Amino acid sequence: MYAQLVKTDGHGVKSLDEMDPQERAFQERIDDNQKIEPKDWMPEGYRKTLIRQISQHAHSEIVGQLPEGNWITRAPTLERKAILLAKVQDEAGHGLYLYCAAETLGVSRDELLAQLHAGKAKYSSIFNYPTLTWADIGAIGWLVDGAAIMNQVPLQRCSFGPYSRAMIRICKEESFHQRQGYDIMMKLSAGTEAQKAMAQDALNRWWWPSLMMFGPSDADSVHSAQSMAWKIKQNTNDELRQKFVDQTVPQAEFIGLTVPDPDLMWNEEKGGHDFGEIDWAEFYEVLKGNGPCNAERMAARVKAWEDGAWVRDGLNAYAEKAAARKTVTQTAAE
Amino acid sequence: MTGALFEYALRMGDSCLILGHRVSEWCGHAPAIEEDIALANTALDLIGQTQMWLGLAGEIEGKGRTADNLAYLRDARDFRNLLLVERPNVDFAHTIVREVLFDLWHFHTLGALQASADARVAAIAEKALKEVSYHLQRSADLTIRLGDGTDESHSRMRAALDALWPYAGEMFLEDDIDVALAETGVGPALGTVKPLWEADMRRMLDQATLSWPKSSHVQKGGKTGVHTEALGYVLADMQFLQRAYPGATW
Ligand SMILES: [Fe+2]
Ligand SMILES: [Fe+2]
Ligand SMILES: [Fe+2]
Repeated sequence: MYAQLVKTDGHGVKSLDEMDPQERAFQERIDDNQKIEPKDWMPEGYRKTLIRQISQHAHSEIVGQLPEGNWITRAPTLERKAILLAKVQDEAGHGLYLYCAAETLGVSRDELLAQLHAGKAKYSSIFNYPTLTWADIGAIGWLVDGAAIMNQVPLQRCSFGPYSRAMIRICKEESFHQRQGYDIMMKLSAGTEAQKAMAQDALNRWWWPSLMMFGPSDADSVHSAQSMAWKIKQNTNDELRQKFVDQTVPQAEFIGLTVPDPDLMWNEEKGGHDFGEIDWAEFYEVLKGNGPCNAERMAARVKAWEDGAWVRDGLNAYAEKAAARKTVTQTAAE
Repeated sequence: MTGALFEYALRMGDSCLILGHRVSEWCGHAPAIEEDIALANTALDLIGQTQMWLGLAGEIEGKGRTADNLAYLRDARDFRNLLLVERPNVDFAHTIVREVLFDLWHFHTLGALQASADARVAAIAEKALKEVSYHLQRSADLTIRLGDGTDESHSRMRAALDALWPYAGEMFLEDDIDVALAETGVGPALGTVKPLWEADMRRMLDQATLSWPKSSHVQKGGKTGVHTEALGYVLADMQFLQRAYPGATW
């Protein structure tokens, strides 16, 4: 997922009768589960919402390289290093597919990156938390990729064709990400006392931020209804969060870790866990830019972009020269 | 002869490991997403090759040391990588020049090693060569395009080439180990790799509009474990967990 708070431009969801014929035909195609393709007519709100959602998702993949990349050089074995490299490489690949999907809506990757670098675009706030120990790499794969999968699996059925297809490719890789993370945690939990403590500490720090990844509670989520009508969102934030908690709690128990929530309890009646209140004040603070790593993450991305300018310019200049040489050769041959 | 092959496997494995480490430092900081992906991919290949070479070294040594033991529990004086690969990233130009100097040597060396009299060496070379052909294609292509790009990209490539050139010579400095392996047909005669490297390098620099560096000075020591100051910091990073939690499994 990684799109926690996507604004829609709608003013409430219109009924079919309130729509003009074009919009109505569009909504009926969506209701009929047809895919919308880039050349098809679409309401401006649909286009804008999708651009926001897809670009937030793309930015998250790119910024998301940083916390994990932080441990590649320090990975404890050659195999763990190789797995982590492969994982982070996948995340960059996800960013690339997603920028391509966004480009089909008439916005360029460079424009989207400019918005990110100017601080005007959001990315998932989970990546504004630091990776302090090796166990954090386990916790990210297990919890953060786990939460991402919860969101992305339904997005494979998203109404917009290119986004849906990108999600299908991405989901195939995400389950490997989740497994490698859980595997790290499993190994640590079965390790020395210090390793167990490292694993528990990572779970303590990543649990609540992971639950926040699903976005505000449905009651406070103003934009969900329109996105759901457009089928660019298939489940509510609370539904997905519940599913995540129910899936993850037994996984924690299985490896002997304790979920840091005194209110966590199985509720037989609802067939799911009850859990404690999320600290939404923290969520909004991190979203505003006041998380532990917001400044560092942005600074790292801006620096990468600025330092890379001469490379991109150099490659463009070469391409132009090569094209000019080709024209000259062709002209000479005629 | 066994001792020589152990040393040789360390040299190959350590060069892959340390270069892989340097390349992986780019992760998330590259000039474009495509480069993030390609650099991670190169690092990943090199770590895989490290596992093969250091695995072979451990096997030859016969003291039960694994590839991980060799990577994580030796100090700098016991590392046998070329000095070139431990040089810092500095900027993208240094990274690409370091890569192309090494890739071209790596490519021709592995090409010769495919015919090694030692079947294990030949098998590693065959597998690695597929990956390294791609590394070389990429680093040569980038060298040409950035050399013949803008004034700035040209001058950065120029500066990187001049800074790293003295470290390239070590690849062709033959010592007793190289000679012993060449005599038994296990390793390549370095004298055969050098002209191939020079001819390709000349063509490539020509296309990149970069002239052949003037300096013929050679910085050496890596093959016998006398490194630059940079290596200690690489190892401090790389070996941190294994050193801080001795005996733990991960
Ligand atoms: Fe991803
Ligand atoms: Fe991800
Ligand atoms: Fe992932």
